[in-house]
Amino acid sequence: MERITVEAVLENLQTVIDFATEKLEARDCSMKISMQLELVIEEIFVNIASYAYHPEIGPATFCMEFEENPNAVLMTFIDSGKHYNPLEADAPDTTLDIDRREVGGLGIFLVRKNVDEISYEYTDGKNILRMKKFF
Amino acid sequence: MEIKKEQQGSALTIKVIGRLDAGSAPELSKELTTALNDVTDLTFDFAELKYIASAGLRVLLVAQKRMNKQGSMKLINVSEAVMEILDMTGFANLMTIV
Repeated sequence: MERITVEAVLENLQTVIDFATEKLEARDCSMKISMQLELVIEEIFVNIASYAYHPEIGPATFCMEFEENPNAVLMTFIDSGKHYNPLEADAPDTTLDIDRREVGGLGIFLVRKNVDEISYEYTDGKNILRMKKFF
Repeated sequence: MEIKKEQQGSALTIKVIGRLDAGSAPELSKELTTALNDVTDLTFDFAELKYIASAGLRVLLVAQKRMNKQGSMKLINVSEAVMEILDMTGFANLMTIV
């Protein structure tokens, strides 16, 4: 398993994305899958950077692991911020018309749409979000 | 991200180049706050938009809500990758895409 820990601030998003992209490219992951994972990473990291430690700043750890037959990538985000289960967030109703459509909730919705498995646990004061995607 | 604007009377075309993500979306949002004054016909040209995340979608939604009050808005030259996100979130049904 490979991991990277950075301060959870927006400025470090690209560092995490570059870390992931490099490993995905080494595995001949398609451009399409790579882009979907980039979106997943952005949405989760931005959530952590925006809310987990607010108004303070704390660390976020991103781990990546690969499986073969079938090919899959396992990604884990860990932070020690406020206890927050993103999977309990209400999904936006994507069928509503423009006047009733709200601007929030899209991030985690996109995450769910772009991974095959997702689970959350809160252990030892840490938020742990695990995701798996086949490619 | 880079923003290029072209205005002809009350028609404004905004070309968004690069990535519309959490880092760049606030810039576009700020730009729109003043750029949309007196605009009745807004076009987003996404020919060179490679990536959009939820932060970018929020800016589009706010723009669409505003333009519904003062005119119309459309998206042109949307790439396959961006279109997929618009479809996934139901945005494709809320906006005029040509």
